[in-house]
Amino acid sequence: MDFNPGAVLAPVIDWLNANFHGFFALVTRLIEAILGGLEAALLVLPAGAVIAIVVIAAFFATGLRVAALAFCCLGFCWLAGLWQASMQTIALVVVAVAIAVAIAFPLGILAARRASVERALRPVLDVMQTVPPWVYLIPAVMIFSLGRVPAIIATIVYGIPPMLRLTTLAFRGVPTDLKELGQAIGAKPSTILWKIELPAAKPTLLVGLNQCILLSLAMVVLAGLVGAGGLGAEVTRGLTRMEMGLGLRAGLAIVAVAVLVDRLTRGALDRRKAI
Amino acid sequence: MESTEVLIDCQSVWKVFGDRSREAIRSIAERGLTKREILQQYNCVVGVSDATLQVRRGEIFCIMGLSGSGKSTLIRLLNRLIEPSLGTVTVKGRDLSRLDAAALRETRARHIGMVFQSVALLPQRTVLENAAFGLEVQGVPRDDRNRAAEAALAKVGLSDWKTRYPRELSGGMQQRVGLARALTADPEIILMDEPFSALDPLIRRQLQDEFRQLTKDLGKSAVFITHDLDEAIRIGDRIAIMKDGVIIQEGTAEQIVMNPADQYVADFVAGISRLHLVKAHSVMMPVDQWRFQAPGLSLDGLPRCSPEADIDELIGTITGSGSDAIAIADATGIVGVVTTRNLLLGVRGEPDARAAA
Repeated sequence: MDFNPGAVLAPVIDWLNANFHGFFALVTRLIEAILGGLEAALLVLPAGAVIAIVVIAAFFATGLRVAALAFCCLGFCWLAGLWQASMQTIALVVVAVAIAVAIAFPLGILAARRASVERALRPVLDVMQTVPPWVYLIPAVMIFSLGRVPAIIATIVYGIPPMLRLTTLAFRGVPTDLKELGQAIGAKPSTILWKIELPAAKPTLLVGLNQCILLSLAMVVLAGLVGAGGLGAEVTRGLTRMEMGLGLRAGLAIVAVAVLVDRLTRGALDRRKAI
Repeated sequence: MESTEVLIDCQSVWKVFGDRSREAIRSIAERGLTKREILQQYNCVVGVSDATLQVRRGEIFCIMGLSGSGKSTLIRLLNRLIEPSLGTVTVKGRDLSRLDAAALRETRARHIGMVFQSVALLPQRTVLENAAFGLEVQGVPRDDRNRAAEAALAKVGLSDWKTRYPRELSGGMQQRVGLARALTADPEIILMDEPFSALDPLIRRQLQDEFRQLTKDLGKSAVFITHDLDEAIRIGDRIAIMKDGVIIQEGTAEQIVMNPADQYVADFVAGISRLHLVKAHSVMMPVDQWRFQAPGLSLDGLPRCSPEADIDELIGTITGSGSDAIAIADATGIVGVVTTRNLLLGVRGEPDARAAA
């Protein structure tokens, strides 16, 4: 017996390509535009100025520790000669995470409210998380061709499951008495969501966001394989040329970017807790 | 302050939980099945069974029952946090089940406050923001709602704690914030779901007295859930006793203690002190009977008390005067006599104290 799902899937991809080319082209242009804009914004100023701005903003938004950390992380990227690649990677991750959260957050809330939605989503999420990511790079490349767009699509697919699962967990964990309080004082469902559930769910949501960011960064390295540029491309180059120094530098720069983005988002979103 | 105006009218309300509750309800309506038959035939749990009660303006109505008696379900039926399976709940003349979502929110926001056993304060908000939360969700401007919240916090004695966070407060203080939050929106009715059960006994007594005083001063009506009969007696103008989803007796504390409806209630009230509950009119004997028992003694030589005097006061009078009996007099003259023997029977809470004398 010979079972080959690819024999079924390949014609589907071909058919999608043939019939929805316009749509995919539009998605490509949209993502390229957002990504290009963000990247250009990050690179328009000299590295020193960007570092200064980020450090000052981090100081006022979160505090001295995060500001110092931001200085070290960005400083390393600059000194390692990987400034442009780092900014490309940051742009890629920011856009991917924003889209992943925009998809996962509402779906996660829905799954927390309705058991049937969660039952339907669970096997899909399991597949998304267990299939090796470069496997779904293949159809992404087939549809969107090489470049940053298939990379970002694959990154989004990889980033959605942790955010979605933890969103569901976070909203399930909101104490029943708080939700009951909202109903008893005559609050609208939207008010209950924003003023009661969201603050109560925030710690778990932040863990979800953190996982989403870190997994997306891990995916960025793979994205280098399909020509997404950035630090992933440097790692790939280091690997193919067997240049230990380049690979290590790019690898450490990825760690620096990961730490920076994680601490900054967490610090900015979790500010009130520190009072 | 009490009047006959009915604020909450709860008529033959049922709540049945379970997958087949719809069928179960139909058979209750058509064939009058009992709670046990519902469980056997439909595998449904009856939370509240045929509950009828009325809460009047200005009174504190206590619902007493042990865990699983359905009292928490019943109180949630009164503001439709739980939909009744059968029967009607009318609040201020409006049938709750006929209200749409917006009208129901409006009724809850303006007319029915609620205080929870778990307090349910929002941890990321200050005491003031918590107290003002009810008005905040109604869209009241910040200055107005803060003023109302400050006034409510002053009533519960927490003016100095406005800028603190809930975690900085003790359990008793947190529950005061919960009460202040319910008072801020100035509702006529306050639903209290075992608010003091998690507090230690001393704080609990203090809050019970304060709550009763505050409710009476502000002219509010309250439905107060408790598993503690002592608490029900301290706080309630009227008490309903629930068991297995059924209200088995309703009345004043004195009525329940002196005439328990069944053995279950009798066991409950057995340990309750009668000193402040039982009044002279319940234990006194007729004047003629006293004359027959104690010939030669004159009524004029006896100390006097009113029919509303409780046993504690009567004991004080009798021990202070050296007499063996007290004449009970109201505006029309002497209506009866209480002897030491009557008092002793009264302390034991024997309902037939008069007959036995």
